[in-house]
Amino acid sequence: MSRIEAEVGKPQGGFIKWIDDRFPLTSTLKYHVTEYYASKNFNWWYVFGVLAMVVLVIQLVTGIFLTMNYKPAAADAFASVEYIMRDVEWGWLIRYMHSTGASFFFIVVYLHMFRAMLYGSYKKPRELIWLIGMLIFFVLMAEGFAGYLLPWGQMSYWGAQVIISLFGAIPVVGDALVELIRGDYSISDITLNRFFALHVIVLPLALIGLIFVHIVALHEVGSNNPDGIEIKKNKGPDGVPLDGVPFHPHHTSKDLVGIIVFLMIFSAVVFFAPDMGGLFLEHANFEPANMTATPEHIAPVWYYTPYYAILRAVPDKLWGFILFAMAVVLPVFLPWLDRCRVRSIRYRGWMYKTALSVFVVTFITLGWLGLQAATPTYVLLARVFSVLYFAFFLLMPFYTAMDKTKPVPDRVVYHG
Amino acid sequence: MTEDDLDRNRRHFLTVATVTTGVIGAGLVAIPFISSLKPSARAQALGAPVEVPLGSMQPGEMVRVLWRGKLVFVLRRTEDMLAKLPEGLDNLRDPDSTEFADHQPDYAANDTRSVKPEYLIVEGSCTHLGCAPLEDFEVRPAEGWGGGFFCPCHGSKFDLAGRVYKGVPAPSNLRVPPHRFVRDDLILIGQDTGAA
Repeated sequence: MSRIEAEVGKPQGGFIKWIDDRFPLTSTLKYHVTEYYASKNFNWWYVFGVLAMVVLVIQLVTGIFLTMNYKPAAADAFASVEYIMRDVEWGWLIRYMHSTGASFFFIVVYLHMFRAMLYGSYKKPRELIWLIGMLIFFVLMAEGFAGYLLPWGQMSYWGAQVIISLFGAIPVVGDALVELIRGDYSISDITLNRFFALHVIVLPLALIGLIFVHIVALHEVGSNNPDGIEIKKNKGPDGVPLDGVPFHPHHTSKDLVGIIVFLMIFSAVVFFAPDMGGLFLEHANFEPANMTATPEHIAPVWYYTPYYAILRAVPDKLWGFILFAMAVVLPVFLPWLDRCRVRSIRYRGWMYKTALSVFVVTFITLGWLGLQAATPTYVLLARVFSVLYFAFFLLMPFYTAMDKTKPVPDRVVYHG
Repeated sequence: MTEDDLDRNRRHFLTVATVTTGVIGAGLVAIPFISSLKPSARAQALGAPVEVPLGSMQPGEMVRVLWRGKLVFVLRRTEDMLAKLPEGLDNLRDPDSTEFADHQPDYAANDTRSVKPEYLIVEGSCTHLGCAPLEDFEVRPAEGWGGGFFCPCHGSKFDLAGRVYKGVPAPSNLRVPPHRFVRDDLILIGQDTGAA
């Protein structure tokens, strides 16, 4: 008998108790929300996880409403998007929220990943969270790519042509694989139809499942913090970490501020610059797909351009594909490439700080180069920065092991 | 039944047999699903050969046609263009078209990569990543350009027989699709056997 029952002398609890006897509602809420203890010194870098969830919800809701008017057929797709933009009530808003949401998904996820690199969140015991997170990132890349074909514009068509052709570089099975992806001898109505299926069913389902296990794994080991220390090592007499506060109401109310600021920026883009000067919606895509002419200047959407710049920097088809794939996959190995005993950048030495700074500059520069036409100067620059990109990962076991670290405090500290 | 009565060998055999059967079954069930992703009967039928009349084509003129959704260039080469083909072979990666034997039918595996030297028939799909190359037939000796095709995506270059230059990302020559002359002024792209 619970304490309340003993005091009052008759069974209490009502509806919630009825549920709890049949489903772990209260215990789940406690475990994951009201009694999930996360460090009290979280800074703003810790808002991007929840923002990724917000963007996911935006994409799911706007996506569902877009499918109600979109037609996944080569003959109708472009016109149906125009129809949504012009004739469907508020269709323009729903479509712009979806296209802007795609770019913001990547902005938020890139910053979320950078946070992990700042504070060593991928290090033991959180390797699995990082691996699941990388899978989420790969599915997200596929989701964005499949979605970009759907408007059936010039850039949709030729962008898909280039990326699908990449798989043709794989020896022996390449050509058969490309045919299996397209389902036709060229990118056609059939390809569009199956990319629609991938974009609205297969990949979102995978995404939701992976995000679920990402969070389950996180709550098993507990969140990292800007000091990179284990808050579970210092517990009070009640078994609660001394540096932890319950996720709800403390972090939820803090996150709410982040969500509001995010939605302000998001709305500003949706209403005032939905194409972001050709960055979020490329201008060539306002023309319907034309199988007989490639646009003069072809570039993927900005969130793929760092990898695209690496692909273009290699003057060989197979090696271009290999280095492109390596660039995407290498971050998976961060938990094992990083030999430093200290997690947080606050207590790391100058070597990692320098390497990470150079890496940020490298990633942004490659992203910019991937948007430009491939002139000899830019290709040379792309080669230099590609080398820097790979050096960051491949030399990591050495410089992180040699780096001099500062003593790590026992308890979390506040800065500013 | 007690632990002692357990025949572990037998149980192991049953486990392995069940798992093996299950895996084979799942593999067999996967076949129709994966096969459904291949080009369908309709896609294959739409890939039927296309006829291109040549009667009205002038020397130096090029037409673009779609076969199986793929772009095909039909170029009527001039005497000048043909005369320049044997020049500068050192700059080409595979001038004899021997490295990738499947890139052209046997009847086009020659110096002009064509059945009749006058007519070049190549797929307008860059062998790097599938963009459509642009035709640039103007000869500019200062740039070392003898005319040919230029891919706007990643800068691959091909000569007037669709042969790839060295030092560009495309690994091989432009493909020559199967084709045959039905009459002197009519070609069929996509089929090279059977009666006219």
